[in-house]
Amino acid sequence: MSVNQQTHTGPPYGQPQPGYQGYQQPAYGGQPLPGVPHSQYGVYNGPMPGYQQPVPPQGSVRAPSTSGTSLSSGHLGYSPFGQGDVQNGIPASTAPMQRPPASQPFLPGSAPVPVSQTSMLQQYGPPPASVQQLSNHMAGMTIGSTSTSAPPPAGLGYGAPRPPTMPGPPLPVQTAAGPPTSQPNHVSSPPPPPSTLSGPYPGPPMSGLRGPPPPTHPPQPGYQMQQNGSFEQVRGPQTNYGGAYPGTPNYGSQPGPPPPPKRLDPDSIPSPQLNELPPQQKPRHRIDPDAIPSPIQVIEDDRSNRGSEPFVTGVRGQVPPLVTTNFLVKDQGNASPRYIRCTSYNIPCTSDMAKQSQVPLAAVIKPLATLPPDETLPYLVDHGESGPVRCNRCKAYMCPFMQFIEGGRRFQCCFCSCVTEVPPHYFQHLDHTGKRVDFYDRPELSLGSYEFLATVDYCKNNKFPSPPAFIFMIDVSYNAVKSGLVRLICEELKSLLDYLPREGNMEESAIRVGFVTYNKVLHFYNVKSSLAQPQMMVVSDVADMFVPLLDGFLVNVNESRTVIISLLDQIPEMFADTRETETVFGPVIQAGLEALKAAECAGKLFIFHTSLPIAEAPGKLKNRDDKKLINTDKEKTLFQPQTSFYNNLAKDCVAQGCCVDLFLFPNQYLDVATLGIVTYQTGGSIYKYAYFQLETDQDRFLNDLRRDVQKEVGFDAVMRVRTSTGIRATDFFGAFFMSNTTDVEMAGLDCDKTITVEFKHDDKLSEDSGALLQCALLYTSCAGQRRLRIHNLSLNCCTQLADLYRNCETDTLINYLAKYAYRGVLNSPVKTVRDALINQCAQILACYRKNCASPSSAGQLILPECMKLLPVYLNCVLKSDVLQPGLEVTTDDRAYIRQLVTSMDVAETNVFFYPRLLPVTKADVDSDSLPAAIRNSEERLSKGDIYLLENGLNIFVWVGVNVQQGLIQNLFGVSSFSQISSTLNTLPVLENPFSKKVRSIIDMLQVQRSRYMKLIIVKQEDKLEMLFKQFLVEDKSLTGGASYVDFLCHMHKEIRQLLS
Amino acid sequence: MATYLEFIQQNEERDGVRFSWNVWPSSRLEATRMVVPLACLLTPLKERPDLPPVQYEPVLCSRPTCKAVLNPLCQVDYRAKLWACNFCFQRNQFPPAYAGISEVNQPAELMPQFSTIEYIVQRGPQTPLIFLYVVDTCLEEEDLQALKESLQMSLSLLPADALVGLITFGRMVQVHELSCEGISKSYVFRGTKDLTAKQIQDMLGLSRPAVPVQQGRPLQTQEQPAISSRFLQPVHKIDMNLTDLLGELQRDPWPVTQGKRPLRSTGVALSIAVGLLEGTFPNTGARIMLFTGGPPTQGPGMVVGDELKTPIRSWHDIEKDNARFMKKATKHYETLANRTAANGHCIDIYACALDQTGLLEMKCCANLTGGHMVMGDSFNTSLFKQTFQRVFNKGFNGDFRMAFGASLEVKTSRELKIAGAIGPCVSLNAKGPCVSENELGIGGTSQWKICSLDPSTTLAIYFEVVNQHNAPIPQGGRGAVQFVTQYQHSSTQKRIRVTTIARNWADAQSQLQHIEAAFDQEAAAVLMARLGVYRAESEEGPDVLRWLDRQLIRLCQKFGQYNKDDPNSFRLSESFSLYPQFMFHLRRSPFLQVFNNSPDESSYYRHHFARQDLTQSLIMIQPILYAYSFHGPPEPVLLDSSSILPDRILLMDTFFQIVIYLGETIAQWQKAGYQDMPEYENFKHLLQAPLDDAQEILQTRFPMPRYIHTEHGGSQARFLLSKVNPSQTHNNLYAWGQESGAPILTDDVSLQVFMDHLKKLAVSSAS
Repeated sequence: MSVNQQTHTGPPYGQPQPGYQGYQQPAYGGQPLPGVPHSQYGVYNGPMPGYQQPVPPQGSVRAPSTSGTSLSSGHLGYSPFGQGDVQNGIPASTAPMQRPPASQPFLPGSAPVPVSQTSMLQQYGPPPASVQQLSNHMAGMTIGSTSTSAPPPAGLGYGAPRPPTMPGPPLPVQTAAGPPTSQPNHVSSPPPPPSTLSGPYPGPPMSGLRGPPPPTHPPQPGYQMQQNGSFEQVRGPQTNYGGAYPGTPNYGSQPGPPPPPKRLDPDSIPSPQLNELPPQQKPRHRIDPDAIPSPIQVIEDDRSNRGSEPFVTGVRGQVPPLVTTNFLVKDQGNASPRYIRCTSYNIPCTSDMAKQSQVPLAAVIKPLATLPPDETLPYLVDHGESGPVRCNRCKAYMCPFMQFIEGGRRFQCCFCSCVTEVPPHYFQHLDHTGKRVDFYDRPELSLGSYEFLATVDYCKNNKFPSPPAFIFMIDVSYNAVKSGLVRLICEELKSLLDYLPREGNMEESAIRVGFVTYNKVLHFYNVKSSLAQPQMMVVSDVADMFVPLLDGFLVNVNESRTVIISLLDQIPEMFADTRETETVFGPVIQAGLEALKAAECAGKLFIFHTSLPIAEAPGKLKNRDDKKLINTDKEKTLFQPQTSFYNNLAKDCVAQGCCVDLFLFPNQYLDVATLGIVTYQTGGSIYKYAYFQLETDQDRFLNDLRRDVQKEVGFDAVMRVRTSTGIRATDFFGAFFMSNTTDVEMAGLDCDKTITVEFKHDDKLSEDSGALLQCALLYTSCAGQRRLRIHNLSLNCCTQLADLYRNCETDTLINYLAKYAYRGVLNSPVKTVRDALINQCAQILACYRKNCASPSSAGQLILPECMKLLPVYLNCVLKSDVLQPGLEVTTDDRAYIRQLVTSMDVAETNVFFYPRLLPVTKADVDSDSLPAAIRNSEERLSKGDIYLLENGLNIFVWVGVNVQQGLIQNLFGVSSFSQISSTLNTLPVLENPFSKKVRSIIDMLQVQRSRYMKLIIVKQEDKLEMLFKQFLVEDKSLTGGASYVDFLCHMHKEIRQLLS
Repeated sequence: MATYLEFIQQNEERDGVRFSWNVWPSSRLEATRMVVPLACLLTPLKERPDLPPVQYEPVLCSRPTCKAVLNPLCQVDYRAKLWACNFCFQRNQFPPAYAGISEVNQPAELMPQFSTIEYIVQRGPQTPLIFLYVVDTCLEEEDLQALKESLQMSLSLLPADALVGLITFGRMVQVHELSCEGISKSYVFRGTKDLTAKQIQDMLGLSRPAVPVQQGRPLQTQEQPAISSRFLQPVHKIDMNLTDLLGELQRDPWPVTQGKRPLRSTGVALSIAVGLLEGTFPNTGARIMLFTGGPPTQGPGMVVGDELKTPIRSWHDIEKDNARFMKKATKHYETLANRTAANGHCIDIYACALDQTGLLEMKCCANLTGGHMVMGDSFNTSLFKQTFQRVFNKGFNGDFRMAFGASLEVKTSRELKIAGAIGPCVSLNAKGPCVSENELGIGGTSQWKICSLDPSTTLAIYFEVVNQHNAPIPQGGRGAVQFVTQYQHSSTQKRIRVTTIARNWADAQSQLQHIEAAFDQEAAAVLMARLGVYRAESEEGPDVLRWLDRQLIRLCQKFGQYNKDDPNSFRLSESFSLYPQFMFHLRRSPFLQVFNNSPDESSYYRHHFARQDLTQSLIMIQPILYAYSFHGPPEPVLLDSSSILPDRILLMDTFFQIVIYLGETIAQWQKAGYQDMPEYENFKHLLQAPLDDAQEILQTRFPMPRYIHTEHGGSQARFLLSKVNPSQTHNNLYAWGQESGAPILTDDVSLQVFMDHLKKLAVSSAS
C-alpha cells in the first residue's frame, strides 16, 4: 500500500496529498482533504446511493461504489498488493461478535485478489466481484455473529487463525447465523483456518441485519477470488508481501515504484497498470465500514451475553464484562471490576514474553468507586489496638490469599512468601481444607475488597485526624461579579451546605466550612456562631500569605447557619460595585492551605476563578498562549506549567491533605496547564466553563458543584500497590503526587478519581500461583476516621502468548495508552507521541499475528478477538484534542482535557474517546431502555432523525433537516426545523411522550457521568455541525484525523512491516 | 531675698519659665564656674486664663536669620513707625496694619505685661484631630472588657468632628474599616513582618492612583478624605458603629499553649498605625493610642520570646548584655518614633500588666513624640480608667488640654547660645548663629518639634554664655531669650505663643552675691536632675551619680562658706540650702537607681520626669510627706524615718504613688473599730482627713497615681519606707526603743551621713 508507506514516512494521514493526486485513493486522501471530503464521497460512490445501499447488504453497497476502482482501493488498504488491499479493507469490517475468540483476523483477503491479477480485474470490471465477495463475507460473518449470541463467530474470520484459540464460538454458530451462501463461501474458501471466523467481517451491525444480502450480491467469483487469495496467502505469504510493497510505491510515491517485481507476486503485474489508471481509480479504496470491527456490535454483544448474569469474582483471572455492560458484581475474593480493571487478566510469566507482546500490563484502580445500590459497600474491619494484621516482611495486609499453616498459628504471605505469626487475638483453627473456620465471618479472608479501621500509628503525627474542612474561595473580581457568578454561587451554597458528605450513620456532616473571597487581595470571613454579623478580614499581603483568624473561620454549618446565610447574602452586595479586574491565584491556595494547617486538619478548597492571575503576587502568570507552537517541538510547553511555583505549592498541599477543586470561568486564556497543577497533584477536580453565561451555563455549573460537594471523598490519602514477587508496580498515572517511587499520595481522593498503575516484571511468575495485586489505600473519611481500604485481585499467568491475548481488555488498554500518551506530550513532541502509540499497537497486533494467529496470508489483517477494537479506539485517541487539536480547540481546552483524562476510569475513557450516538427517534417511548447506539459516522445519520451524542463532557442533540415536523414540535415546541434555536441549552419541558422520553434519556445519561454534560443542539447543516462532526470519530476529522477505515489500513501496513 | 522668690514665682506664673540663674554671669568663664548651667524650665503652653489670644499674625523681624517676633523689649520709634529687634538690632518697618501705632495706642505685644502673648493665625486647611486606637486583644477577658468599656466611653469624650480609627492586634494586626454597614471589615496583617509605609498604604488601598495634576484642579483635596475615610471616620458619624465594633471585639482567638505567652505583634501594629497616618494625614494633629497588656512577643519590636520560662529582661540581664531582643526592638521603635515625629503625630502608650510590657524598648515612641505613657497593673483599675479619661480633660475655657504638632523656636541675644533641650521633643535641626557647639540634651538646633503637648508639658532648655571675659557687658545690660511656639490648638486652630524674657547680666567677680541670691535652687535641682536622667539613659548608673556628686561638691565649694578643711564651718546660704537635700533624694530616686525597679518602671518614671513641670518634678525628686495627728492640723513633716510615729497618719505623695500610712497605734485603733463609735467621731475625722486630701491629688494628677492605703507593718508600707531618709536603721541601733520613729532596714546612707561627707569633701583643700 502506498498508503502505508506514506503513513510511515510522514504524518501518515495528513501528508498524502501527493498520493492522492496520483492515485487519489480515497482512503488516505480522504483524510487529507479536509474540506472536501464530502464531494469526494459523492463522486466516488456515486455515492449517496452507494452508501445508502450499503445499509442493507454490504455487498450491494460495495458493489456500486467499488465497481472497479473503489474495490481496488479497498483492497489496497489492507492487502499488500496495491489493489488487493481493497479487499483487506473490507475485511476490516469489525468482528463484532467474537468476544471470546481469540483473534479475529481481519483478513483481508487482499492477498488473494492480487494473486490473480485481481488488480487488473478490479480496475476494470471484475474488481467488483472481489469486493462483493468481501462484502459477502462480511455479511456472512456479521450475520453469523449477530445471530449467535455471544461468542460466536469469532473464528469466522477468514484467516481466522487457529481454531484452538477460538474458544467460544463454535463454528456451527456461524454457519447458522450467516447467510448460508456467504458463509459457506468463507468457510469453504478458507480451507485452512476454517474454524476461525474472520474477525473482520462480523463487524458492523448493519451488515448483520442485512444478513441477507449475500444472495443478492453477485460476484461469487469474487468470493472465490478472495478465498483464493486467502489461501494463496496462506500458501505463499511471501508473495503476498511482495505484492504489498509493490503496491505501496504506487501510492506513496508514484514514481519510485519500488521493487514490485522482485517478487513474483501477481500484484506486481497489475501494479503497473494501476499506475496507468490512476485518475480513474480515485474512488478505488473504499472499504465498507460495516465490514470492519464495530464497537457498537462488541458492546451490544457483551451486554447481551454477560449483562444478565452476576459477575462472581471468585475465580482467578476472570475477564469481567465490558464497562458498557450493566452487570452485578458478587465479591467472592477478588475486587470488583468497579475498583480494579486490568489490561490483561492473564499475565505473561516472563518479562521476555511481556516485551515481545508489547501489551502493557496495567491496572486501572478506582479505590473509592461508587457502587450501584444493590452491591454492598466494603465492610469495615477493626482489628483492635494492634491494627490490621500484616505480613512481617512486605507489610501486605491480611487478605483471602494468605495461606494459613501450622494449624493456623502462622500464615504465609501470598506476596512475598514470608511466614508470619498469627497474633494471638487473631488465631483461629483451620478446617480440613486448611481454611480458617471463621473464613466467612471475616471480610478480609473472604472478600476482595474491605476496609480496616486504622490505628493511631497510621495517622499523621501519631494523632487521630480532625474532621476535614471545606473552604469555598470565590473570585469577586469584576468579571465574576458582572456575570452574576458570585451571586449564583452564594445562593447555591446556602442550600448546598446542607448536603455535605457525611458518614452513613451520622446525622450531620462533620465537615466544617469556611469562606474566602478574593480579587487582588483576599477576604476571610469570621462566621463564628456567636457573632451577630459575619466579619470580613482583608489580607492584602499576598506576597506572604497567612490566615488572619482561626476561631470562627472554619465552622459547623448548623451552628453558624444564620451568620453564614447572612454572609452569603451580603457577599454579592459588597462587591456589586467592584472595579477590580486583577486577580491573584497562588496566594488563594496558600491561604486555604494555611487555614487547614492552622486548624490541623485535611480538607478541600473549592476555588471559583475567572481569569489569568496577573496581579503582583507569588504565582503570578503571564499570557503565553501561542497557537503557533502547535506541531512544533515546543508544543509541549503549552502543557507544562510556566512556573514551578505551583508544583512546590502542590507539594505542600499534599503534605497537609489540602485538596484543591477548581472551577474556572474563563473568558480568555487563563493557563489551565499552570493553574491546574495544584488541583492535579492534590487529587482535585477541574471544571471549566468557558465564556460562562448565567442563562446557559448555570445548570451545568450548579449540577457539577452539587455533585462535587456531595460526592464521597477521602482525604490525606496514600495508596500503595503490592504485587506478587515477579512483577512490580513501576509507573502511575493519575491526579496525585509521589514523593517516592511506591506511594501514591493524594490530598483528596473522590469516588471518581482513578489511578492507572503499570506493572513490569522483575522476575518470573509461575502459572500455578498466578499474580496477585493488593491495593491498599490509607485515607481519612469525611467524618475524620482514618481507614485503610484494601482491594485484592488475583490474575492468571501464562506461558503462551495466546492466553494473554485472549484475556485482554481493550477498553482498559486504551485507558492506559491514552494516559501514557497524554503524559508523553509533556515531554515529547506530539508527533513522537502519536507515532509511539501507533507503533506500540502495531507491535501488539503484529506479535499476535506472528505468534498466535493461525498462519495465513500476510495480506490479511488478523486481530485478536479481545483487541479487535484497538485500532478504532486508538484512532480516537490519536484524534483527540490533545494529540491532534481541532480548529476551535484552545490551548486551555487541551490542557483541561489532558488533565481530565488522566484521572478517568475505563468507562469514562471509553465514552470519551468513542462517544455514544443514540438515535432517539427510534427510541421506544414506552420502555425505559436506551435506544441501541450506532456507530460514530456521518453516514450513519439519517436526515430524518434526531440523535444524541454524548462523550462525558457534552451531549449533542443532532437534528436532521428532514425530521418530521411533528417530532420537532414535540421536542422543541417550535413548528419547523428552521425555528429551532441552536442556542438552547436544555430541551423545553413539553408534555408529550417523545419529549419526555428524550429528556429522560438525557437525564439518564447525565446521571451516569461524573460531570454534568453540556447540552448542545446541532441542526444539520448548521455551523455548529462542524463541532459536532468532530465527535463522529469514525470519520475523517477536519484537522487531519484519519477515518477508521483509513487508520485500519494504516495499522495493517504497519503490522505488515513489522512482520516482514 | 523674698523679692527673688516673688520674682521667680511671678515669672513662672506669667511666662511659664524658671531659670536656674536669674541674674546671669556675664562671661563664659564665669558661667562655667557656676557649676549649674544657665538653663530654664519652659512650660510652653502654661495655662493663662488671663491671656486672651490675639487674632492676627505676629510681626517678625525682617532679617532672614533672625525673624524674632516683635515684643515688649523692642525699641520702638513711633514716629518713624520703626522698631528695632532686640536680638539682632535690625530696624524694621511696621506693617501697614500698624499705621495707627503710637505711645498710647500700642498693640498688645508691645505691652510689658504681654511678655507672653498668643496669636491665632490662619494657615492652611484645618483638619480635625485624629485619634487612632491601637488595641491589644491578648488580654484576659476581664481586662479586655474593661478596656472596651473605656474605649467606648472615650468616644463620647472626643471632639465631635474628630476622626477615629481602630487597629487591633494580637497574633495578627487588624485595621478596621469603619465606613461599612453590615459586615464589619478589617484588613489583616501578619504580626511578624515589618512593612514599609508604602507597602502598608498599598495594602490598605490608600495609595492614590497617580492622578496627573492637570490644570491644578483641586481634586486632591476632595479625594484625600474619601480615601482614608474607610479607616478614619468622624466620631459623630460612626460612634454607634464603632461602639458595636468595640463591643464585639474578642480576645485574640489564637490558642496559647501552656507555658507560652500569647503572640503579640505590638511592633507591627504600631508600624501600621504610623504608616496609615503617615500616608493620609501628614502634619496634622493625631494621637496613636496604644493599649497593650503585655510585652511584644513576635515580629519586629519583639521584646521577649513566647516561652514563659524565659523571663523578660531585667536590669541584671541588660547589664550582663543578656537582653537579646532589646537592641533590635529599641531600634525598631526608635525608627517608628522618629517617623511619627516627622509626621507630627504622637504615640501614647497605655500599658497595663503585672509584668513588664516592654516600655523600655517602646519608651521612645512616647518620649520623642510627646505622647503619654501610662503604666498600670490592669485595665480594670481606676488607675487606668481615670487616667485615660483624663487624657480628654478640658481646660478652663472648654478646650481639650492637648495641642499638637508644636515647634518651639528659641532666639537668644548675642551673648547667649543654645546648648540643647531635654523634654518630649525632637530636634528640627535648625542650625543658626545662636546654636552652641556644646550640646546639653538634644542640641545642635534652635528648634524642636513637640508633636503633642499639654499645658503642663515642660522642657528644660540649656544655654551657654558665650560672652568673652574680656568683653564686659555694660552695666545694666540684659540678656534676652524669646520662645516662639507654633502649634495646633485642640480646636484645630493654628496658634503661635511667644514668650520673651530678659535677665540682667552681672559680673560674677564683683557681683557674685547678686548672682547667688538669684539662684533658683528648685529649678536648678530639676534642671540638673534632667541632665542626670538624660545621661542615665545612655551611661552607666554609677557614672551619673559620680557626675552628680562632683557637680554638687563643686557647687558647694563655689558657693559655700567655710574654712578650709573644717567641715563644721561649712554653711550654705538660704538660696542653696535645700539643693544638697534635693540631690540626696535624687540620688536615691528611681530615676537614677535601677535597683528594685524593672527596666520598664525606670523608663516610665524617667518619661514622666522629663516632661512634668517644676513642682511635679520636685515631688518626684523629693516626695512630700504630710502628718495627721491629734496634736494639731495636718502638717508637712520631714521625709525622714523619724517622722514615722505610731500616733500619726502619714500621707506621702511621690507623684507616682499616694501612700496613706497609719501609725501603729492608729492602726490598732482602727482595727478596734473606734472610728465607728460616736464618741470617737474625731478619730473618724482624723482617718478621713488624709483620704480627702489624697482624693484631691488623685483627682487632678495625670497620670493618676497609684493609691496605696497601708499601715504600720503592712507589706505596702515599703513604698513609704523606701522613700524616707533612713536616719534610723538597724545599723544605728541606738535609736531602738526610742519613740522617735521607725528604723529602716537598709544600708543606704542617711541624709546626715551624706551631708557630713559632702561638707568634708567641699572643704577639703585636696580637691
